[in-house]
Amino acid sequence: MTRLDVENLWVKFPTRNGIFDAVRGISFSLGEERLGIVGESGSGKSMTGRAILRLIRKPGQVTANHISLDGEDLLKMSERGIRKIRGQRISMVMQDPKFSLNPVMTVGDQMMESYMILGKNSRTEIKNKVIEALKAVAIRDPMRVFNAYPHELSGGMGQRIMIAMMLIPDPDILIADEPTSALDVSVQIQVLGILDKLVQERGMGLIFISHDLNLVSSFCDRVLIMYAGRIVEVCAADKLHEATHPYTRGLLKSLPRLDAPQERLTVLARDPEWARAESVSGVK
Amino acid sequence: MSGIVIKNLDVWFDGKEERVNAVKGTDLYVAEGESFGLVGESGSGKSTILRALTGLIPTWSGEIDVAGEKLGRHRSRQFYKKVQMVFQDPYAALHPRHSVDQFLSETLRLHGFSDIDRRIGKLLDDVGLGPAFRFRYPHQLSGGQRQRVAIARALAPEPEILLLDEPTSALDVSVQAEILNLLHDLRRAHNLTYLMVSHDLAVVGHMCERIAVMQMGEIVEIMTIEQMRALDPQHPYSRHLLESSLGYKRQPD
Repeated sequence: MTRLDVENLWVKFPTRNGIFDAVRGISFSLGEERLGIVGESGSGKSMTGRAILRLIRKPGQVTANHISLDGEDLLKMSERGIRKIRGQRISMVMQDPKFSLNPVMTVGDQMMESYMILGKNSRTEIKNKVIEALKAVAIRDPMRVFNAYPHELSGGMGQRIMIAMMLIPDPDILIADEPTSALDVSVQIQVLGILDKLVQERGMGLIFISHDLNLVSSFCDRVLIMYAGRIVEVCAADKLHEATHPYTRGLLKSLPRLDAPQERLTVLARDPEWARAESVSGVK
Repeated sequence: MSGIVIKNLDVWFDGKEERVNAVKGTDLYVAEGESFGLVGESGSGKSTILRALTGLIPTWSGEIDVAGEKLGRHRSRQFYKKVQMVFQDPYAALHPRHSVDQFLSETLRLHGFSDIDRRIGKLLDDVGLGPAFRFRYPHQLSGGQRQRVAIARALAPEPEILLLDEPTSALDVSVQAEILNLLHDLRRAHNLTYLMVSHDLAVVGHMCERIAVMQMGEIVEIMTIEQMRALDPQHPYSRHLLESSLGYKRQPD
């Protein structure tokens, strides 16, 4: 079942040298699945995530035939309407918890705040729910974390709090923009485990934006590969290593591998043709 | 004798209330011309070892011998010629208002070289940039180009040992491949010894001959790259780290 459907999405920024197209006419759909978006810096993957929630600030412009969530076009909504969607039906987890959590509020207070916006529950009820949410992301000592300030916690803990916070309103779709890039490998695996469980248990759709090809291929169901603002290839995540586009192949080859040692790594030779080619459709 | 010998190294940071022991009783030996990797999670003390080596952290005890010189509180001018460091973030390592030329000539002047002009040209050639980059400012360079400039700066005093602190973790994979190739070639050409810190086991596996796994300030295991490739570490923590680096595995329900 398709939850989110994006058709012909463009993100443009006017610059001194004319208009820069960060995302150039991409289309894709998202069901109850883990959809990975991979690409290098500047390929437009983060902009795609932000554009869905209309988080691109002026002078940036977002245009699309439609970005529909269960048939409702997010682009046609009023600012008030989209605020009801943000956080509640579509949530977003950013890369670095250090910049996303409020440094002068305890974790408990800021998590309770996001509950209070939602409903009229009493403070004790909300507090219990927050403790529950912290437990759901495998935090062993939720009371300590509840009373702690962000700087007293590690990066992995911070990222788990972000995820817990985003999940409080029980969203239909979670957009995770490099959620594990700032974390150590073992913590990374834990955080992915939590996301995975939530997708399965709640039937959530997940857009997982990352530059890490191995991670995406082991974690997601489907992958869109972006280059210069366009989708150059779409493939099943477990078949990523059989990808055919020269860009994807080049990226894969430039990764050092433990199982296949080589003297020198293959350097990606870019073909200007890749940027000119039409975007591949990511609609399922 | 050249190379790095570290015996019973302790490094600590004095806080207001307590003392944090970042590195505890570490022994390490890196032979001349070897490429040695330090891996572990953040906070395990791997970068701290590099910083104590270069003299960026004064609070350490134990014995450090670098390139045949025993280190004390004060390092000789000679030491800084022999040992150079490349940092993680090429965006932070370059002065934003200095051109590549100013940046390299300052280093060369401080190390007492006279034929600066010729040396800058040579350094830029060595790192694959060429003369066109000489008068550029950092904001006119890509991440990979900046890291090349940082490497050129490290090579300026003709060091024997390069300390590499996550040299590619801020870069895209395609650029990472270029920088790793460059480091590989430079090591051949200049007969360098590398001590490299990384959290990416595949990168360390590609670059190094031996690696030490660190956890909470201690080295838990030193293994050869063959052992690592065979996925045959002895210590449970190294095994855990290695398995995590292979990607996500779905837990069976």
